[in-house]
Amino acid sequence: MHLYQVVKRRQLAPAIVLFEVEAPRVAAKVKPGQFVIVRMDEKSERIPLTVMDFNRERGTITIVVQDVGYSSCMINNLQEGSSFLDFVGPLGVPSDIENYGTVVCMGGGLGIAPIYPIARALREAGNHVISILGARTADLLILREEMAAVSDEVVIVTDDGSLGTKGYHSTGLDQILAQGHKVEVIWAIGPMVMMRAVARYTKTLGIKTIVSMNPIMVDGTGMCGACRVKVGEETKFACVDGPEFDGHLVDFELAMQRLAFYKDEENRAKAHGACGQEGGH
Amino acid sequence: MALKIPRHEMPCQEPAVRAHNFDEVALGYTEEMAVEEAKRCLQCKKPTCRSGCPVEVLIPDFIKQVAEGDFLAAAVTLKEKNSLPAICGRVCPQETQCESRCILGKKGEPVAIGRLERFVADYEIKFGESHGEKPAPTGKKVAIIGGGPSGLACAGDLAKSGHGVTVFEALHVAGGVLMYGIPQFRLPKEIVQTEINNLKEMGVEIRTNEVVGKITSVDELMASGGYDAVFIGTGAGLPYFMGIPGENLLGVYSANEFLTRTNLMKGYKFPEYATPIKVGKKVAVLGAGNVAMDGARTALRLGAEEVSIVYRRSREEMPARAEEAHHAEEEGINFRLLTNPVALHGDEKGWVKSMTCLRYELGEPDASGRRSPVPIPGSEFELEVDTVVVAIGQGPNPLVTKSTPGLELNRRGNIVADPETLATSKAGVFAGGDIVTGAATVILAMGAGKKAAASINAYLNGENRSH
Ligand SMILES: Cc1cc2nc3c(=O)[nH]c(=O)nc-3n(C[C@H](O)[C@H](O)[C@H](O)COP(=O)(O)OP(=O)(O)OC[C@H]3O[C@@H](n4cnc5c(N)ncnc54)[C@H](O)[C@@H]3O)c2cc1C
Ligand SMILES: Cc1cc2nc3c(=O)[nH]c(=O)nc-3n(C[C@H](O)[C@H](O)[C@H](O)COP(=O)(O)OP(=O)(O)OC[C@H]3O[C@@H](n4cnc5c(N)ncnc54)[C@H](O)[C@@H]3O)c2cc1C
Ligand code: SF4
Ligand code: SF4
Ligand code: FES
Ligand SMILES: [Mg+2]
Repeated sequence: MHLYQVVKRRQLAPAIVLFEVEAPRVAAKVKPGQFVIVRMDEKSERIPLTVMDFNRERGTITIVVQDVGYSSCMINNLQEGSSFLDFVGPLGVPSDIENYGTVVCMGGGLGIAPIYPIARALREAGNHVISILGARTADLLILREEMAAVSDEVVIVTDDGSLGTKGYHSTGLDQILAQGHKVEVIWAIGPMVMMRAVARYTKTLGIKTIVSMNPIMVDGTGMCGACRVKVGEETKFACVDGPEFDGHLVDFELAMQRLAFYKDEENRAKAHGACGQEGGH
Repeated sequence: MALKIPRHEMPCQEPAVRAHNFDEVALGYTEEMAVEEAKRCLQCKKPTCRSGCPVEVLIPDFIKQVAEGDFLAAAVTLKEKNSLPAICGRVCPQETQCESRCILGKKGEPVAIGRLERFVADYEIKFGESHGEKPAPTGKKVAIIGGGPSGLACAGDLAKSGHGVTVFEALHVAGGVLMYGIPQFRLPKEIVQTEINNLKEMGVEIRTNEVVGKITSVDELMASGGYDAVFIGTGAGLPYFMGIPGENLLGVYSANEFLTRTNLMKGYKFPEYATPIKVGKKVAVLGAGNVAMDGARTALRLGAEEVSIVYRRSREEMPARAEEAHHAEEEGINFRLLTNPVALHGDEKGWVKSMTCLRYELGEPDASGRRSPVPIPGSEFELEVDTVVVAIGQGPNPLVTKSTPGLELNRRGNIVADPETLATSKAGVFAGGDIVTGAATVILAMGAGKKAAASINAYLNGENRSH
């Protein structure tokens, strides 16, 4: 029963791999915005990953993993046919999907993967979905076709202008607003700096913005408190109260600081385990 | 005669040695020591010791068998009341339970009931044969939510009655606090897993990685899952923080995180095991219960130079087991009593670097009967720290309770269960352990699991269908 076998592996970008994993009980229940925690083997960390897609009939969950350190590198080395030891989910509160009217879904870098099921669900709920996809450069812009299929309009921005408009998500948002769209809600998922920049900007515009936080986690059930995020005056546990929060209330400085808790140890793990970005793929 | 034999000390690793390893501190009695200690028992006609044990272990009976050298028979006697003697022998607060009521304690030292219990259970693990006979199946199915001591005890008794039992456990291993909280040096994880393997041999199915409230719910288990009854034993796993400034600084852990990384994820073997744990040089552990002692002693073993327990009451009010406080002291943990932090301060990168503390004195007894601590005005002082472990208590995790309509909770979010039957406000749903009582003890949780198993049995047989 505990199979968690990789049935499909697809390299999306140099350090980014998509896996479709057999996990029928998770697939039966998962909703957009939720995540799983995986472990490769007995000695592995518990690694949180957002669900990018699910197929209830096939009983599979799709995740997209970016190699940023020892564990994600090990995961990305998995081949079709190999298995995860543990695969727990669905965790977290699902996205609040309703018919809002016009909705903007922003995905930055790897963040395009988690925005995908949210955009799809929002569209199915009747929203006019405009997606803004951003990356540093064209090669890193993942899941373009998939996003086009679930959006009414797609705007692409790259830092270096190698694809779409040169600029940031805010540049894309300006374009949309200039066309006269009345945007009701924005979902913004990506690196912390991107979410912070978007939230700062949309606060000035008065557009509600939901971000998905990715603090360091251990259990994912509200037991350890590692994932504390400050939202307004309250401390929340992202794994059970989130991971989505009102971007205008999140303390991003604290969140970014907290991501550095284990920097020294992470470097040691990489050196010890000989699986790192330098290891090459 | 009996009184003349002094209570046998527990052989332990030397403090200076054990402060740097994760091996078990207490080494256990030898056969000779156990027999000699057992002979101290007066075999009272009215054994007061039993009334001090929450599950009323047949104390004189099993001790007599130890004195006679029949250790395996002693194990059978023990297990009549206690499903997890190897664990309870190690972690029960005996000094406030069984041993506090031993008649010998009136004039001298009580019989070392806990140590004998541990000896017998360990002997059985080593030399006993598994009694893996499976009873005839009843065709009834029970879902147990949570694989801690309450859930495991309930599962064991229900399996013995022939019911099909499935344990749903959120983490990747069952055991609850026994696996993620209590450290290896106090309770080797191999012992917990031996108990869990016994359950599996009895036919109990353990489904790890399944968070009830997320992947399934109590209602769903009963409606479409085919379960005739449910036991909820999800514990008190929600860590409390103090609510003072600076608690989200880097270097500030909940005890749960600190201990989970170390025990469950084996961070003490990092980087061989990939989960990091970071401890600085000057560690403050807030609180003085078992969790705090475990946090402090773990910090020491991870390489901290100076570890302090910071507690606003005095030594007498410390809720930790006496043995743990004693071991902690031997290992060189500082006790900064009548002291409490009011704020934590960080450096420019957000790392905790000091705490402002207040000194306290003891005032009048409060509702709990303990003298309540009163801050001394103007007593603020700074304590330099680079790691803080918050161990001031845990509450009920709401994942199951919030997803179960119709389940009555008390003000604190604990499940309300009938003290006799452990039935909840929902028909067919029973609950016990820390989720009902609030953070308590292993033996109480285990006892609740057994009690619930008995009433679930009755419920499944059509008795007691009061709900
Ligand atoms: C809810 C959530 C959803 C996520 N979804 C995805 C996803 O879909 N795809 C993806 O590639 N990544 C995702 N992440 C981030 C991913 O979990 C981390 O990149 C990964 O844990 C890094 O582990 P590592 O050992 O490879 O790197 P390390 O070298 O150990 O760490 C690199 C950095 O990753 C972060 N990190 C380390 N450990 C953890 C941890 N246990 N939990 C969270 N972050 C950590 C820290 O900022 C750290 O500095 C998500 C995180 C969260 C919390
Ligand atoms: C660090 C520490 C040290 C301690 N030391 C001692 C000691 O020395 N002596 C003593 O007697 N007591 C001690 N205690 C207290 C004792 O461990 C607890 O009272 C006891 O474990 C409670 O048992 P339980 O079965 O109610 O819950 P727990 O042991 O908490 O187990 C609950 C289980 O349920 C699981 N769970 C929770 N939610 C869900 C869900 N939604 N779905 C599926 N599974 C779920 C959890 O993962 C966990 O495995 C200590 C506690 C701690 C934290
Ligand atoms: S279970 Fe605990 S309280 Fe009861 S006899 Fe054993 S050690 Fe004493
Ligand atoms: S009270 Fe003490 S001496 Fe009497 S039976 Fe119990 S353990 Fe033995
Ligand atoms: S990850 Fe442990 S509480 Fe959120
Ligand atoms: Mg890592």
